[in-house]
Order: sequence, then C-alpha cells, then structure tokens
Amino acid sequence: MRISLWGTRGSLPSAGPETVRYGGNTSCVELRDAAGALVVLDAGTGIRRLSAAVERDIRRLDILLTHLHMDHIQGFGFFEPLFRPELEVHVWGPPSTTHDLRTRLTKYLSPPLFPVRLRDLPCRLHLHDVPMGSFMIASLEVHAALVFHPGPTVGYRFVERGHSLVYIPDHEPALGARAFPDTPRWTSGHDLAMGAELLIHDAQFTDQEYGSRVGWGHSSIDDTGRFAELVKARRLVTFHHDPSHSDDMLDRMAQHVRDKGRIPYDLIPGQEGMSFTIGE
Amino acid sequence: MAQREIEIILMRQLASYLSVPIFVVDPAGTLLFYNEPAEALLGRVFDEAGEMPMGEWSTIFRPTDDEGRPLEPDVLPLVVALKQRQPARRALWIVGLDGVPRKIDVVAFPLIGQGNRLLGAAAVLWDVNGR
Repeated sequence: MRISLWGTRGSLPSAGPETVRYGGNTSCVELRDAAGALVVLDAGTGIRRLSAAVERDIRRLDILLTHLHMDHIQGFGFFEPLFRPELEVHVWGPPSTTHDLRTRLTKYLSPPLFPVRLRDLPCRLHLHDVPMGSFMIASLEVHAALVFHPGPTVGYRFVERGHSLVYIPDHEPALGARAFPDTPRWTSGHDLAMGAELLIHDAQFTDQEYGSRVGWGHSSIDDTGRFAELVKARRLVTFHHDPSHSDDMLDRMAQHVRDKGRIPYDLIPGQEGMSFTIGE
Repeated sequence: MAQREIEIILMRQLASYLSVPIFVVDPAGTLLFYNEPAEALLGRVFDEAGEMPMGEWSTIFRPTDDEGRPLEPDVLPLVVALKQRQPARRALWIVGLDGVPRKIDVVAFPLIGQGNRLLGAAAVLWDVNGR
C-alpha cells in the first residue's frame, strides 16, 4: 500500500504563512493498493490537488467518506475526475437511519450552496452505504466500524497481504471509556485499530484545550498517544490538526508527547505531502 | 475479548452521568452495567456484582407481583424488550441484594443500532416509594 496525505487539517481550511509546513487543506488521503488501484479517503479540500495525480486512463476509483461533516466533503465538487464521463466512481459513506447517502450529499452538492448538482456530474457515479463489517475494493480488504464522533461516523481499516492501515480522522475514544486507556472492551475504535502498522488518527487538541471540548468528537494528542499505545500501533500519524494551530504549535505538541518518555510507536505529525509505504 | 458496540459504550456513558437508575444488557440478556443510582435500588455496587447472565439477574432479585407471586423471566420488561424488540413497562417488587424489598416501575426499551442490529436493551428502574 502507498499512502499520501493531501489534507491533514481539521474543521476548516487554514491557509496562511503560519500553516505552510503542515498544510491548510482539510482531510484527504490517497491510498493505492499494490496494483495501483486508487482509494480516496475523505473529500476535504485536499482532494482538489489530488486531481492532478489521478491518471487519465484510470477506469475506476473509490471515495470512502468517514462522515459527512463539511470539512470531509467540501472538496468533492472540485475533484476533477468526477467530470470524466468514462470514469466509474464509487462513493461510500456511513449509513443513516433517516436519509440515504445521495440525499445527504445533495444537501451540499446542489444550489444554492454549490452550482453543480450531484446528478449532473458526468462520471458514472455509484453511491453506497458502507457495510459494517468487511468488503473488498480491488486487493484491499476494507473493514468499517462506527466510532465516537457526533453523527454517524466510521473509521476504516485496510488490509493487503497482511499489512494494515487504519484511518480514524475524527475520533474521541476517551469519551466512553471510564478508565481510558485501560478498558479495551469499552474503548471506541479499539478492535478496528488493533495492531495497525500505520494509524492515522485525530489529534486536534492539546490536553488543556480538550478539557473544555469534551464531547466534540476529537482527541487531545495525549489521548491519541494513549490510544496508539493501547492498540499497539507501530506508526502514529497525527491528523485533523486544529485550524488555529500554527506549524510551530504542532511541532510543540509532538515534542510534548516525546518529552514524556519512551513511546512504543513512531510519532509522525501528519503533514500535507507526506507519503508512506506499507508492505513493500 | 471483543470491543463493545459503539452504541452500548455510549449508553453506558450516558447512564453513568444520569441520576435515574439505568440497567443495560447485551443481546443475549447478559447484564453489562448498572449505574450508581441503580446500585442503591439493587443493593450492591456494580463492580461487586459484575456482569451476569439473564438467567441469574432475572431471578437473583426475586421479582414478584403485588400479590407476591413470582414473575417468570419472560414477563420482565427487559426480557420483553429484548425478545420482542419493543418497549415494555411493568411495576413489580424486587428484593435487593441488601435484603430490602422495593417496589419499582421498570420501563425497558430495545437498543437497535444502524442496520437494524439488536445491540441489547436498557431499562429505567423507578423506585415507586422512594421518589
């Protein structure tokens, strides 16, 4: 698997001189299986720049949405491959008990919020509710599970030839676990993330900020580190950076975790443009 | 041991913050949790009682009707909610594990998650004489 980060920011695009290194685009990750099949994780504003990396001769791609908050779909209409008539695009999103995925996406992708209607996109668009459990996309075994975040939200685990990537960009696992992180059975995302070789995970807040934002569906970087340790992740990529956090602030947050002592995983603060390879 | 379903974790989280007694079971009827207000009614703190199968909790509190007749598990609201997937309510008597008989009103409802998955059931236990 090859993984590239196109947007690592949370909540709101945050372009400016103070966010140049980590980037200001919201959630979007490119995942390629060993044969090059393309899976896009979330359609935040980072997806616009990903457009240029999509081969002209590609016949199918899949977009997996973790949930439908604006920062995860805002770039959708600016993803150039959607305007290719020959391209088959499968969009997967968490199921809702009230409206199907098309109805929910159309709330944004229609006038007056957006000039192009979903149904008018030239590509061959297929919308799916993500099955809870596992399914295949190309050579990737995909596992989806509901995780803690306001509204239906899923995290994904991808396995190819025994190698695993876990993507949980919006997640507050400390919320329901009374003795976090000591109660795996009562910790959201535990089974999904167990043993991940690469864990891309929400780390929006400092511990101090988190104190006044409990229940917002995001984690402090300290809790994210505890979660990574609990699930025995090998590499942790922090993600969904707060829009008010500058590059220097994000450096300090990572250093704060490292200063606490030896950590049993590699801590990698997620930056736009980073790439990773798993299993090759 | 497998992680609990998200909805069940959230239910326990909510119950732990409420001041009304709440009792939560899984799809097999196994008691997963009751909160501190329920501990006062049931006569034992949850950490001491622990998880227990339906066959145990449905009899250990010796549920009876107003005339003192034992109630079979199948008529208990939580069991009805689980087996029939519908809310159920009944007033009954129990004897707490502290030996104190109490009349309670039980309102139970099934916990049905995304994709129509039965995840368990929860009940509000109302102390009829204590409130």
